[in-house]
Parts: sequence; structure tokens; C-alpha cells
Amino acid sequence: MTTMKITHHLTDDLILGYSAGTLTEAVNLIVASHISLCDECRAAVESYDAVGGAVIETADTVAVSDDCLDGALALIRKSPATGATSEKKRRNDPVLPAPLLDYVGGSLDDVKWRSVGMGVKQAILKTSPEATARLLFIPAGTAIPDHGHNGMELTLVLKGAFQDEDGRFARGDIEIASEDMHHTPIADLSEDCICLAVTDAPLQFRGLLPRLVQPFVKI
Amino acid sequence: MLGSIDILDADHSAAVAPRDTTCDAKGQSAARTRRVTEKTREDSAEWVERIVRIRDNKDEAAFVEVFGHFAPRVKAFLMRSGADAALAEECVQEVLATVWNKAALFDPSRASVATWIFTIARNKKIDALRKQRRPEPEDLPWGPESEPDQAEIIGLQQESEKLGAAIAALPEKQRDLIQKAYFGDLSHSEIAEQTGLPLGTIKSRIRLALDRLRHAMDQR
Repeated sequence: MTTMKITHHLTDDLILGYSAGTLTEAVNLIVASHISLCDECRAAVESYDAVGGAVIETADTVAVSDDCLDGALALIRKSPATGATSEKKRRNDPVLPAPLLDYVGGSLDDVKWRSVGMGVKQAILKTSPEATARLLFIPAGTAIPDHGHNGMELTLVLKGAFQDEDGRFARGDIEIASEDMHHTPIADLSEDCICLAVTDAPLQFRGLLPRLVQPFVKI
Repeated sequence: MLGSIDILDADHSAAVAPRDTTCDAKGQSAARTRRVTEKTREDSAEWVERIVRIRDNKDEAAFVEVFGHFAPRVKAFLMRSGADAALAEECVQEVLATVWNKAALFDPSRASVATWIFTIARNKKIDALRKQRRPEPEDLPWGPESEPDQAEIIGLQQESEKLGAAIAALPEKQRDLIQKAYFGDLSHSEIAEQTGLPLGTIKSRIRLALDRLRHAMDQR
């Protein structure tokens, strides 16, 4: 995993938000997935966590009630004896990093794809409703119709690659498209492309046909 | 491996102003930084040692000390994040119980005790206040080492102390900004809007602190 050359990374705002715990669940999911593939952004998140620790040390305190400690000790005595048992088992999937395996409930084979036309398939993952996370399967050489965004769109490439006005994005790369960006992503010819896309508002399509289809495919 | 931390202790305008007009403020700030550094240096190693005692001996006395120091801090964090006092206390108990139960997973060559507890409290905040799952990144392929190297532990802990001292030494307004980013929902750009501080200044300040820390972690 460390041999990949990732050239498109998370922004500082996303890294800070992930560390501080202020992002929505779908955005947290794409950030956690990118970090799983990108050592550079993982180090950045751990650094921001360290600032969080320093902040907790330096900020004001609020006294706890007298029986708060007893409550914590009672919780401890109630909890089953642990050792390293709470350590997560490491699973391997060549395409989906661990956070996504949790959300699809298994492996890539367990993804419940639905066709959205032109061979493109999607699977919407269950997250809190402020933003939507979906896996996209784009056949090699296929173009997603020219579209803009009402809000933010984050796209993480998991397999294959695509190209748009902003450059080429391959496994591990994340594209951050803002409200004013219009783009027409085209999957590489050599390989089918699988992406995780997170949007916090519906996309805007320019062509008539995609606009008509949009309500039905929930893009 | 690290030089002075005064890159963080003067505000931007003072840093570019002629030396003679700023030496008083700088002197005070440096004194404060030293005090904080000395205090936390002693503390940091002690907190690690207490977590080890909890891990190895199920030492309740050590836990009481950890609780006494961190519970009021975690409570403040949760209340500033929007919890009422009752919910915050309930969460404090769960956070500190997690510290007990997961003491074996604490890696002192990767985080200070304060940082580790911050991440547990942050996750509890998402879980309890926002009722959301917290997607966690995949574990590192090489995993946590069974017994981390003593020099790495000392290096990382000292690094964390310096970071804490640097934040403590910030002018109050700037320290408040960084706190807001962690307690509330302020992004870098929102912090800049609220204060009129140029975004680049805020970013470079946080980044300098982080780069030093990252550098320390890269030396593993």
C-alpha cells in the first residue's frame, strides 16, 4: 500500500475537521478511506490529533461531580476482562480499504450495485443524511456527463483511474470539487474505475437527459 | 532534534516588528513557555507510567490519578462541543472507562496520553452527541510494536510537551482560536473570518507546530 504514488491529497480543513470530529459521517468515511491508503495524510491527521491533545491540556476545565469517579469505576468493574481482545482484526481487500469494508458489510463482492445507465453502477452507503456516500463503478473509457455541483463533491479513486479538467486521478487520489466547478470525468481505457464519491448536495447536470434521469437514480 | 519553539509564541506582527519594541513581550512569553515546559515534562512521563500501571497491574490508584487530571478536561471538551452537564459526565465516565479497558492499545511512541484521551473523547463526542458512527482508518500494515523503543517514547513525549508549551505560550486570542477549531465547528477559513487574522498566518502557525511533530514521528 505504501508503494503507491498519491498526488492528490486532503485539504487542511478536511484533516482538521476529521481530527476535531466536526465532519459529517459520509465525509469522515471518505477521509478515513483516503488515510488508509495515504501515509502522508495519516501523519497529518496524527499531528492534528496531537494538537487536540495539547488543546485538552491547555484549555479550561469543568469540575466533575463527586460521584463521577465512582460511576467510572463501576463501569470498569462491569466491563468484561479485556486484553488485546479489542484490537481490530486486519482484513485485506485489494480494492476497498477497511472503513469501506465496514460499510458494505464484507468484501467488494458484497456491494449491492444498481445500474444508473451507460454501464455505470452505483451503491449508496448508509450514513447520516447530511451528506451522501456512494460507490461508483465506471466501465473503462466511459465519461460521466458534464456536471456541476450544488455543494462539495469528494471523489476517491479505489481502482483504475479517471481524467478530467483537473488532471488524472488514480488509486488513492482524492478530487475535491467545489460548488463552482464543472467537470466531465472520463475513466481510463485500460481498466474499469471504482470510486467513492461523497456529495453534500445533489449534482447539477447540463444535458437534458441526465437531468430527467437524475430523480430516479438519486445522483 | 528541535530548536526553540518561539516561532509560535509571538504574534505575526510582533515577529516582523523591530526587535527593541517587542523584547518585553517576547521575554514574558519565553518565561511562560519555560514554566509550562518544565511542568509538562514531568507530567508527560508520569502519565505514560500510570497508563502502563493500569495496563500491567490493573492499578486503581493510577486510574484515580488519571481520572482526577483528565475527567475535568474531557468534561470541558464535551460541554464546549454542545453536551449538557449531565450528558458530559456520563460520557466522561465512558471515556475514562475506555482508557482503562484499552490501556493495552496505547502506544507511547505514537501519542501522548493527552492525545490518546483526546481521540477517545472525540470519538465519544461523535457517537453520543451526533449519533453517528466514526469511520476509522485501516490499521497500519506493520501494526503497533509489542514493546516500543524507549528512546522513541521519550522523543515523542518531549515533542508533545513542546507542542503543549507552544500552545500555552500563544497569546490568549490565538490560543482561543485553536481551541475553537477543536471544540466547536470552526475550520481554518472560519477562524480567519471571525478574527480577521490572515488565514495564511493561522495555517503557518499550526503547520509549523505540526511539522515538528511529524518530523519527530518520521524518525521512528
